[in-house]
Amino acid sequence: MQLSLEHVGKTVGPSVHLYPQSLTPVPGAVTVLLGATQAGKTSLMRLMAGLDVPSTGRVLVDGIDVTGVPVRERNVAMVYQQFINYPSMTVADNIASPLKLRGLPRAAIDTQVRQLAERLHIDIFLDRLPAELSGGQQQRVALARALAKNAPLMLLDEPLVNLDYKLREELREELGQLFAAGDSTVVYATTEPGEALLLGGYTAVMDAGELLQYGPTAEVFHVPKSIRVARAFSDPPMNLLAAEAVDGGVQLNGGPRLAVNLPERATRALTVGVRASALRVHPREGDVTLPGAVELAEISGSDTFVHVHTGVGEVVAQLTGVHDFELGSPITLHLNPAQVYVFDQSGDLLVAPERKGAPK
Amino acid sequence: MSRIDLDLAHSYKPNPQEDGDYALLPLKMSFEDGGAYALLGPSGCGKTTMLNIMSGLLVPSHGSVKFDGQDMTRATPQQRNIAQVFQFPVIYDTMTVAENLAFPLKNRKVPAHQIQARVGQIAEMLEMSHQLDMRAAGLSADQKQKISLGRGLVRPDVSAVLFDEPLTVIDPHLKWQLRRKLKQIHHELKLTLIYVTHDQVEALTFADQVVVMTRGKVVQMGTPEALFERPAHTFVGHFIGSPGMNFLPANVAEGALSVGGLGLSADRELPAGEIKLGIRPEYLRLVPVGAIGALPATVRQVQDIGTYLLVTCDVAGQTLKARLAPDATPPAVGDRVGLQVLGEHTCYYKNEELMA
Repeated sequence: MQLSLEHVGKTVGPSVHLYPQSLTPVPGAVTVLLGATQAGKTSLMRLMAGLDVPSTGRVLVDGIDVTGVPVRERNVAMVYQQFINYPSMTVADNIASPLKLRGLPRAAIDTQVRQLAERLHIDIFLDRLPAELSGGQQQRVALARALAKNAPLMLLDEPLVNLDYKLREELREELGQLFAAGDSTVVYATTEPGEALLLGGYTAVMDAGELLQYGPTAEVFHVPKSIRVARAFSDPPMNLLAAEAVDGGVQLNGGPRLAVNLPERATRALTVGVRASALRVHPREGDVTLPGAVELAEISGSDTFVHVHTGVGEVVAQLTGVHDFELGSPITLHLNPAQVYVFDQSGDLLVAPERKGAPK
Repeated sequence: MSRIDLDLAHSYKPNPQEDGDYALLPLKMSFEDGGAYALLGPSGCGKTTMLNIMSGLLVPSHGSVKFDGQDMTRATPQQRNIAQVFQFPVIYDTMTVAENLAFPLKNRKVPAHQIQARVGQIAEMLEMSHQLDMRAAGLSADQKQKISLGRGLVRPDVSAVLFDEPLTVIDPHLKWQLRRKLKQIHHELKLTLIYVTHDQVEALTFADQVVVMTRGKVVQMGTPEALFERPAHTFVGHFIGSPGMNFLPANVAEGALSVGGLGLSADRELPAGEIKLGIRPEYLRLVPVGAIGALPATVRQVQDIGTYLLVTCDVAGQTLKARLAPDATPPAVGDRVGLQVLGEHTCYYKNEELMA
């Protein structure tokens, strides 16, 4: 199914929810809408579903204009943040409800319900009511019902946000497999860059009602076209350092000079972007150094994010594994100049690190 | 400030018979004076029950709670001299920030000049000095919760300060600032702080010692580094880290280790019988197929997670994940590779508990 948004915008009274934007999600694949709260993800999804009518522009499905066609006349499955199920129906009846609407014979319904429940590991709860299940299990029921609908377009609005992180991890992996196995066009909204990367597929980065960039997820991550995209698509946030164009490269304000090939169009004032993962405590050949003092070590479970006060400002370094740092202790960070991003005065990308070993 | 000793169990049922009847299985543990502790586990693991027993909101069905050796099992929160901070702000809207912070001290008839000095100190630590004269009612939820934190920390003579998921209402980008504040404050004030959360980042960042719980049981109390490097229980290996530890069933007979029918030589002595190997994705190494000591595996998925590559492999009917540096040359899906599962970081489990 080919969904196309053409210059759709949405204004409500005096406030702009969405600036006019065009997006054609790749059919049969996952498109992640990535952005902070209030970026416009939900507004855009509501236009896709037909829950809202755009103020400007058109919505096309397989080339046919469906702008203004209400959601019940479209074939769309939706999953929300909140776990929405029919409270008085058993899990089995919840999952069966879209199948019954289609008028399938009883036996076929039972088989499909059981298959879906098995895939989402809720087959032992089929006779229970949703209220008797945990949050994670309730959301699995909602997901199973959406999948049962087998709609050509499936919209998921931060479906895992209300679950704790281990459940989120498990369910995200299962969803990735289910999406890959099906042929629906999936649109999935999230605030978490890590979730977009784990789901893969394609990503549309949104910020303050604007669609900033759309492309294969890893490509958007590695080659963000602007500071705004880089900021939205990094966790911890990309370190942004003030710099100036000089002979043979870039001079960091209050820090070392980096040998970087700048394109002709480079402005004098620049911003250098350094991913937290590009900062290391072990030196390698060709590195420059950033000496500083530890402000805090944040530990995510697999990584340690060290916040360091340096001459170029406060930076965050991402170190693999769990490491203990005394607050205030001295530390030297190392950086290969080939791994920096350079943005011009207006925030547009000039230089991105070369990518080695990126999977195709 | 006090050392807190727990030697207890708790059941909400009148006649507990089996393990499942207990909210807290029998446990014996101590919280040292001046330490920063976190109680970490999924919902329903018993961490809030434990906190309520320490604060005096709940009397354990079995055993005792001691503060500095003195039995406090049935003492009220006031008698225990405990300060508490909850998920949601508990403050007086009609008072100013300064009055809110001063309230716990005024209540205990602390002299006015001491109150002023302490309120000033706490406000400065929380970066609220410029808001002292503002009415609490006009502040955002974040700011109100900061006042709650300040009220919890303002009394210098408390036995302990207990936090129950205190950052729930805080916006994500402010969370790390407050985590840093709490850590700094712990350094400066040397209060005993006990922090309940289901979030590994909060627990591992805040605490010197983390108590990991599951199903009413304390499975490990240790430093963040220990929980990562040497999880005492398979649950800890699974729960800490994203993705968590890989586990691989293995067998030891007559001192020889075999995994999926392949003999491997371990660098330490192992107990006989069915065991599990635990290897973190960070320590699982990909080597050419057929390399000595490597398990043959098939690559199922390769994901570019931006800051690293995540390779999922099938080996002897199990799924293992390996995390590679972003500049590594990744294998292709379907490739046959070798997996180096033994090394100094490998953990060995028997009946889910760390053996070697």
